Amino acid sequence: MKAEVLVAGQPAEAPALVLTAPISFWGGVNPKTGMIADVRHPQHGVSISGKVLCLPGTIGSSSAAAVLLELVSAGLAPAALILHEPDAILLLGLIVAQEMGHATPMALRLARGKFAGFAGNKLAIGSDGSITPS
Amino acid sequence: MALALSAEQQAIANGARGEGAAMAMRIVAATARLMGAPSLIPIASAHIDGALYHGDSGTLFAEKLALGGAKVAVRATLNVGSLDLTGCSKNRLPPHERGMARRMMDAYRTLGCEPSWTCAPYQAGHRPALGSDVAWGESNAVVFCNSVLGARTNRYGDFLDIACAISGFAPYYGLHRPENRRATVVFDVSGLDPAFLGSEVAWPILGSLYGREVGDAIGVVAGIAAHPGEDALKAFGAASASAGAVGLFHVAGVTPEAPDLATALHHQPPQAVIKVTAEMIADSRRRLSTALDMDRIDAVAIGSPHLSIAEFDRLEALIGKRKLKVTLYACTGRHALASLESSGRRVALEAAGVVIVADTCVVVTPILPDIAGAVLMTNSGKFAHYAPGNTGYGVIYGSMAECVESAVLGRPVFEAAA
Repeated sequence: MKAEVLVAGQPAEAPALVLTAPISFWGGVNPKTGMIADVRHPQHGVSISGKVLCLPGTIGSSSAAAVLLELVSAGLAPAALILHEPDAILLLGLIVAQEMGHATPMALRLARGKFAGFAGNKLAIGSDGSITPS
Repeated sequence: MALALSAEQQAIANGARGEGAAMAMRIVAATARLMGAPSLIPIASAHIDGALYHGDSGTLFAEKLALGGAKVAVRATLNVGSLDLTGCSKNRLPPHERGMARRMMDAYRTLGCEPSWTCAPYQAGHRPALGSDVAWGESNAVVFCNSVLGARTNRYGDFLDIACAISGFAPYYGLHRPENRRATVVFDVSGLDPAFLGSEVAWPILGSLYGREVGDAIGVVAGIAAHPGEDALKAFGAASASAGAVGLFHVAGVTPEAPDLATALHHQPPQAVIKVTAEMIADSRRRLSTALDMDRIDAVAIGSPHLSIAEFDRLEALIGKRKLKVTLYACTGRHALASLESSGRRVALEAAGVVIVADTCVVVTPILPDIAGAVLMTNSGKFAHYAPGNTGYGVIYGSMAECVESAVLGRPVFEAAA
């Protein structure tokens, strides 16, 4: 399977984490631990660090990019991000991380229906946007 | 469509105004490419949400811009920081974090931003004109700017807001385009009890429901008989934008781009109509509270978005001559604080047991005491949404009157038919 590359970055090989509800990174993810902190979120308590994070949507605060930049600079970022549409608020975190000299995960675009089946699988993400089970 | 930069924009990206401005322009252009914008447009002003400390990386980013000689090209107000520089309230940030938060606030001043330090800049004299293009951050400020003022902004995140302010340009897509401001969803509240719609909890509860139901679509609220007041629209927008990715709403007969329902819909049929029921309202209200223990409160917090002077008037009337048993944190900006101080009202409020929090608020920095299993009571849909994740406090939601009564009595109390 091949996805559109939204933001170029490091290829990855990591387990998929498919969120079942949209998330706000600010207030929803702890930048110091990478854990989902929103008590109302179905994946509360799960770590997004080092995962191929599949997002059904993002909500809420305009500080999402700051949390993502902090996760990248602390080495706690997801291994890759898969979104169903480009999200300027969140992905700015990756664009700025590159300006600050960090290596960043890739962000890919894929229809929501296509990533439900990723749950529990380990995926290899190529720099061309290829997604293969590994 | 490939992004086309003008000669001026290309020159800024190439360093004509220094390396800081070049970095800002690269960030704006990268975002424009990501979002498929064909061009950049000039902006009239910015509201900057980037000066809140989330970790050292944000401080280093602002300092890199400042070191590169960057200055804002348009009026830029600042959203809350992590520190109350007025000294009204104390916070528990450890020394390293406190120092980095202070450096961050200083860096944004160096970039030429105004030290407004408020999430309600629209009540602090920053009100862009109807139809003007601006670059605003902070979800409640964005939604107010678009919906109530009718200025045009996307939901600018941290970093992009300051990058636009420095370059003076923003990517032309989304809500900057008039055709994208059309409502496609009707949120019909005409079936609700007028007594509920007139109550002070109506708008935060409706906003929370609206955010979940409408998400990032654009909706129009139909069935409102009279203008509910600016503070009600402020509460609705804040609750909606914390529950969903709401950037713009219309209220038929109330907001400037919705003189009537048909105009808000651009005279096209809606894609969906949500008939709001009393059951949906009851469910939305229930969801705002998370506390398992409904018999205790450890703190009360109001002022998200920051309190206006009209809201302080109401707070004082509700407290009367009484003293509070539980601390009530009243979050506001310097625009309101200056008026409270000159009239002696700040002293009276503090004597009653109110802690005024300026420049910041209780869900973005550790001001609330660290108590295991603590419970916060609030009238703010936005505080209710963020307090559990950011402060560890469980939440009990109530009206401002219920919040004040509970603070006076030291335990949660509710109006009979609220």
